Amino acid sequence: MDKELRIVGFLCNWCSYGGADTAGVGRFIQPTDLRIIRLPCSGRIDPLFVLKTLIGGADGVLVSGCHPRDCHYSEGNYYARRRLEVLKRFLPVIGIDQGRFEYTWVSASEGQRWQHVVTTFTNQIHALGPIQRIGKDAQARACAFGRTLEVDIPA
Amino acid sequence: MKIGVFVCHCGSNIAGTVDVVKVAEAAKAMPEVAFASDTMYACSEPGQEGIVRAIKEKGLDGAVVASCTPRMHGPTFMRTVARAGLNPYMFEMANIREHVSWIGKDKGANTRKAIDLVRMAVAKLAQNKPLYPKSFAINKRVMVIGGGVAGIQAALDCADGGLEVVLVEKTTSIGGKMAKLDKTFPTVDCSSCILGPKMVDVAQHPNITLYANAEVDDVFGYVGNYQVEIRRKATYVDWKNCTGCGACMEKCPSKKSPDPFNENVGKTTAINIPFPQAIPKKAAIDRASCIRFKTGKCGVCAKVCPTKCIDYEQQDVMVTEEVGAIITATGYDLMDWTVYGEYGAGRYPDVITSLQYERILSASGPTGGHIKRPSDGKEPKTVAFIQCVGSRDKSVGRPYCSGFCCMYTAKQAILTKDHIPDSQSYVFYMDIRAPGKMYDEFTRRTMEEYGAQYIRGRVSMVYPKGDKMIVRGADTLAGTQVEVEADLVVLAVGAEGAAGSAQLAEKLRISYDSYGFFMEGHPKLKPVETNTAGVYLAGCAQGPKDIPSSVAQGSAAAAKVLGLFSKDQLQSDPQVAKVDLKRCVGCMKCAMTCPFGAIKELEQRGEMKVQVIETVCQGCGLCTSTCRQGAIQLQHFTDNQILAEINVLLENQLEEA
Repeated sequence: MDKELRIVGFLCNWCSYGGADTAGVGRFIQPTDLRIIRLPCSGRIDPLFVLKTLIGGADGVLVSGCHPRDCHYSEGNYYARRRLEVLKRFLPVIGIDQGRFEYTWVSASEGQRWQHVVTTFTNQIHALGPIQRIGKDAQARACAFGRTLEVDIPA
Repeated sequence: MKIGVFVCHCGSNIAGTVDVVKVAEAAKAMPEVAFASDTMYACSEPGQEGIVRAIKEKGLDGAVVASCTPRMHGPTFMRTVARAGLNPYMFEMANIREHVSWIGKDKGANTRKAIDLVRMAVAKLAQNKPLYPKSFAINKRVMVIGGGVAGIQAALDCADGGLEVVLVEKTTSIGGKMAKLDKTFPTVDCSSCILGPKMVDVAQHPNITLYANAEVDDVFGYVGNYQVEIRRKATYVDWKNCTGCGACMEKCPSKKSPDPFNENVGKTTAINIPFPQAIPKKAAIDRASCIRFKTGKCGVCAKVCPTKCIDYEQQDVMVTEEVGAIITATGYDLMDWTVYGEYGAGRYPDVITSLQYERILSASGPTGGHIKRPSDGKEPKTVAFIQCVGSRDKSVGRPYCSGFCCMYTAKQAILTKDHIPDSQSYVFYMDIRAPGKMYDEFTRRTMEEYGAQYIRGRVSMVYPKGDKMIVRGADTLAGTQVEVEADLVVLAVGAEGAAGSAQLAEKLRISYDSYGFFMEGHPKLKPVETNTAGVYLAGCAQGPKDIPSSVAQGSAAAAKVLGLFSKDQLQSDPQVAKVDLKRCVGCMKCAMTCPFGAIKELEQRGEMKVQVIETVCQGCGLCTSTCRQGAIQLQHFTDNQILAEINVLLENQLEEA
């Protein structure tokens, strides 16, 4: 494969992170581009995280949670599904290719499925190529914009 | 902040495909990192001691361990950090084994990825705050779902340990699959002689409440405080007054109802007690077969019942039970063997399943223990057994070995010879898998003392010829085709998760695989736990098992519950949501999305705000991504912490470009 691209994955702790672990234990070889951020639930994913990641220069974002009906927190992934679907439809509005963002469901037992998801998504991002660079200054501004999203943590 | 980074070799597991020394070197250059080193096995005693020493000597405020998955050793290292005097939440893990070294072979790319993951962990840790758990009381009652041998064992062990037990069984009697067996391997014990007394113990134990003919409708709550809604299905018989005398069964005119207990090889009456040793020994009406329900006329059972307990108007009743822990022992079902068209696919009456044969062998079965084949009632002289029907067969989506079929086939071959001394058994097999205590000896005895002919090879076809069944297959050891003229064909059918297990798993919020088996917390080290605290597994619900393993797991699950209940208070996970009252506008969106009802209203100086009930909050963070004000933050996974991970990853790319 050509030069690595920057792909960020947001995974719920219970199903998909476990599925990625199962894939590792099973030695299912995958492309190395993906960096995983662990969250308790796919419902914890604020769509702004995804936007910030793409605007900040990531070439692709993958979100994965528990299969609908199978959420560790009963219904977190239903909220995720609704938010992420809206987000996906919104991406072209700001000039980002929809193909750069996918959300999937992988259970903790589905190591092989995880390998397939990562491989397919990585290939998809490589087919799209690196995201349009907006120049170092603009990108730095984008990063700075990202920081403005940050809030004070209650003491 | 002074952060320490410890990069684990994990022997060659990580060091084989990641340059761990380079990762540690790179970590030294990261902001706020005061110390970084590589270590052979971070989780070992010297490894943990090294971390404790470094924290104390260098005065570190937090530690990042780059090793395996936090789902494995997160808690281990949190204890290590605590031992060094830090708050256990001043710790982060970078998963460079499951997510890096084991899935990629390119050392350069792996090393870069590992450095990134460490960078993200460091950035997150820089924002961590000490967290402190709260204590809450636990309800020391336990629910066991499923009244097979595993569930019975778990219920009895918990009850003997002094706990109040609620046992929920979906059929009208406990006993499960074991109650249907005639004999058990490798001792050829009478199954009901060893299970019967245990079933009676359940009925008589003062600590056990048994709900038979009942199903779990919904589950709410969390470890220590579950509310389970149970549907007690209508039996149309008032069980309080039913004495199990059986007068209704004798007089019921509908004598051709399907008999699920006898695997439908026999018939029963529409109102019935499933078998003589049933617990509870109460009658129930099978609505689909009852003449009264079908035509409105009849009512014989109501007339003959001496205690007047027949009630055709009875409705399902909902009961809510409050328990602190749940053991699921929902067992297995035989795989639907009719997908094997070449074996007769249910077309030939003399091709039967192993469990049907077990009922035919049983003295309490429909033939009174005399082997009669279903088509014409004749005694078979030649019986062919076909193994691996629905196990080790990718083509029907059952690639796993069910484990007990080799053994029960050997047992049934022995029993055939015992019943009919001039009979001959043929067993078509792929491999013999007999790894238990006295198991291999048992299969050898089947061949050597009982003269069962074992033929290694698959059967290609079963078809009738006259009153015989022709079983055509390969003998791969002799390298020839073989044909056996059999009077009866018994299929050793493999196991899959019980019907409805996926729906139950969803209610319990535990994982299950595509075969309907529940997933254990860890395949080796947490065999009876699940990923939901307070929910445990026993028996075939977790995977196919024989009776000794099911009983052992039932006891193991009970031991886990007794261990959990040995404390009066549990400590809640402090990774819970926290409200910044200055930002909160009291819109209540968080309360609306919270699946646990952990957020309540709070009035502060005349203004509406919210408050998190920390012991109820499970830390999913739904509220945090719902709050438009950023007022409610899931601690340990705050917006800032996640954004810090994203930022450091993307900023690093800027430098590279």
